[in-house]
Amino acid sequence: MHRNPDRPLSPHLTIWKWGPHMLVSILHRITGVGLATLGAGLFTWWLVAAAMGSGAYGTFTAWLGWLTGTGFTLDKDAWAWVKYAFGAAVGIGLSWAFFQHALSGLRHFVMDIGAGYELRRNKLGALATLLGAVLLTAGLWAWIVMGRISA
Amino acid sequence: MTMKTPLAQVRGTGPAREGAGHWRDERLSSLAVLVLFVWLLVSLWRLPGLDHASLVQWLSSPLAAAPMLLLVFTFFWHLQMGLIVVIEDYVHEEGSRMFWTAMVKFAAAGAGTLAAFSVLKIAIGGDAG
Repeated sequence: MHRNPDRPLSPHLTIWKWGPHMLVSILHRITGVGLATLGAGLFTWWLVAAAMGSGAYGTFTAWLGWLTGTGFTLDKDAWAWVKYAFGAAVGIGLSWAFFQHALSGLRHFVMDIGAGYELRRNKLGALATLLGAVLLTAGLWAWIVMGRISA
Repeated sequence: MTMKTPLAQVRGTGPAREGAGHWRDERLSSLAVLVLFVWLLVSLWRLPGLDHASLVQWLSSPLAAAPMLLLVFTFFWHLQMGLIVVIEDYVHEEGSRMFWTAMVKFAAAGAGTLAAFSVLKIAIGGDAG
């Protein structure tokens, strides 16, 4: 068999590499499921705890250290550290998921009207959502930590 | 011999069992959820603190409780639609798909009602102490 090496091979189901558009597509679904389960669960817990009174609300904020205005001190016991790390991981993860899902959703609106499918523009749009979500998450947490220090 | 048109024979036989209504509602609700979540983040930012007293005082205003209720409804409406699309894509067996679709709808209705009732309780009755 002779093959012209200048011509591309047929599309192959198992040989491919990741592109930003694929990553953004699957991240939209993963972040969506995360926000719909963990995010909606915390959102509901927050409102129910607030309605049940200051005791229940205190339990909620104790689990999520980033919601309390008291700040972080070094003399906490081991269990407080576990809760603080949990709160920080969930808070950073969920806020990133929110920004990624929101930016990717806005990109969907552009593609839904039939625009932005050119290879270069599609790739740039996908990269923009990834970069934007990281920057917005970093900005939000920089603001939270700054407020903590100055308070 | 069927009297149905070719279109009528295939209509509704896709995995979603319906037309573009679900797809359109997902986009419509996403806009509402995005606007209302930005409103929530900005509102929380402007509060003097995120302690219980500040939150309850803020939510007892109709101008905070009404958008909050809208956020609860549109958020749970949007998230159950999204989860159902994921189920339609990955759960192929008819019975399992019906089961998981029903579970998502029950869970969304349950959590959404809890959240909405909590907003109403704070807005109308104040906190339990």
